[in-house]
Amino acid sequence: MSGSGPRLRVNPIRCDGARYCAEIVPELVGLDEWGYPIVASAPIEDPRLLRLAERAVNECPRVALQLAPIRDRGS
Amino acid sequence: MTATAVLSPPGSPPLRVERGGGPRLLAGPRLDLDAETLDEHRQRLGRRPIGGEWLLDVVERSGLRGRGGAWFPTHRKWRGVSRLALERGPSVVVVNASEGEPLARKDVLIAEKRPHLLIDGALIAAESVGADDVVIYLSRPARRATRALRHALGERRRDGIREPRIRIVHTQHRYVAGESSAVVRRVNGGQAKPTFSPPHPSERGVLGCPTLVQNAETIAHAALIARHGDAWFRERGTDAAPGTGMVTLAGNVARPGVYEVDLGRSLVSVVGAAGGVLSAPAGLLIGGYFGTWLDAEVGAAATLCPEDVSLGCGVIGMLGKDGCGVGESARIVSYLARESAGQCGPCVYGLRAVGEAMTRLAVGDADRGDLARIHRWSEQIVGRGACNHPDGAVNNLRTALETFAADVERHVSGHACAGLGATPLPSPPRSPFGWR
Repeated sequence: MSGSGPRLRVNPIRCDGARYCAEIVPELVGLDEWGYPIVASAPIEDPRLLRLAERAVNECPRVALQLAPIRDRGS
Repeated sequence: MTATAVLSPPGSPPLRVERGGGPRLLAGPRLDLDAETLDEHRQRLGRRPIGGEWLLDVVERSGLRGRGGAWFPTHRKWRGVSRLALERGPSVVVVNASEGEPLARKDVLIAEKRPHLLIDGALIAAESVGADDVVIYLSRPARRATRALRHALGERRRDGIREPRIRIVHTQHRYVAGESSAVVRRVNGGQAKPTFSPPHPSERGVLGCPTLVQNAETIAHAALIARHGDAWFRERGTDAAPGTGMVTLAGNVARPGVYEVDLGRSLVSVVGAAGGVLSAPAGLLIGGYFGTWLDAEVGAAATLCPEDVSLGCGVIGMLGKDGCGVGESARIVSYLARESAGQCGPCVYGLRAVGEAMTRLAVGDADRGDLARIHRWSEQIVGRGACNHPDGAVNNLRTALETFAADVERHVSGHACAGLGATPLPSPPRSPFGWR
């Protein structure tokens, strides 16, 4: 895996498709046909995108978006 | 080479066909009889060994993998929980016999017929991973299994064996109820719906303790490995796929049912043990509803080796020449959509849309646009649920579209399935309304 920046992660149980994230940082968050976010899986290196990603995390009304540090998925 | 038919379709007499080494998990009294008693169990296998750290190495050398569907190396799961128990205090063991897969009956069968083997395994596992709370998790409709286990626990108490108390926890019979985070949520008193991870149940499970959630068949194998050792376990199966395994054969075979077979053997020989196919095969579904469709040619060369094609929960559905894989997959995906826990948007809406589009395809009502949407949607929903439910459904659908590409073409040109043939897979059950 390349890159060391954090990446966006959605808690799909919390998320109810408010779409704020896709408006704040469309570079990293797309939407499916039903308005649920599809987030880029690549680590975020660009400081500008990282700031926007942080804002999207803070603005999510359902607190469903996280900026997750790199960690390998445990068993 | 071994195949033991242990369960026949309702109505026909129980059946046993044995060759070679004989069954392991289901050795002992005939399977049309009641559960094995404590005396019979002791006479056959002696008293159980006490589990502990020593067993972690033995299980590692045995090559045992989880038989609930993921085939994850058992020793790694056990070591993880054991390590956390040393750091943070006692862990919990949950034996998962809920078996939400509609066509499978292996775990319930073990609980019904060999309850003492399962209890031995649960206690040995608990001693090995430092657990002081042991739970057996069953689906509520599995009444015979519940009765057999309660009776067996009573026998042990009356016999004066001093061992930790074992709790039985019931769940509603739903497809996702056996997913490990759903198991933990249910044991904690909630609904059997998956939760978002991390934390994984092994880190924070029942009452916040490190928790080992392990499939019943796996636990029963561990009970025998603790007695007979890893070399004994490897006497059967192959290096890549050691031991025996429980498979369920369904659909286009003469004698559908549950069989204990050597892993690594050819699919053809396993089907042969079930009396062979009834008509020329068109393909088969290996690994249950989350499984992989293979065409007849690939199927004829396949072996029961989880490294080659995932065996999932061990269900093998044979499709006859007159059947339609697209129709079968449409039924299964629609069922899985109804079985969604209803928590994650991509699963609730995406899976439902894919199921509806697949059904339109099967009845000849879909155009190329629908087909493109099926592909796009199924790619989009993978990995976007809290659990693997949407991913499993997509695996079924995607391999069906590949394997039965010629049928897909016919359907897109407006031809409906000619029905599901004379020997379809058994219909998915109706989904209950709501969660309780």
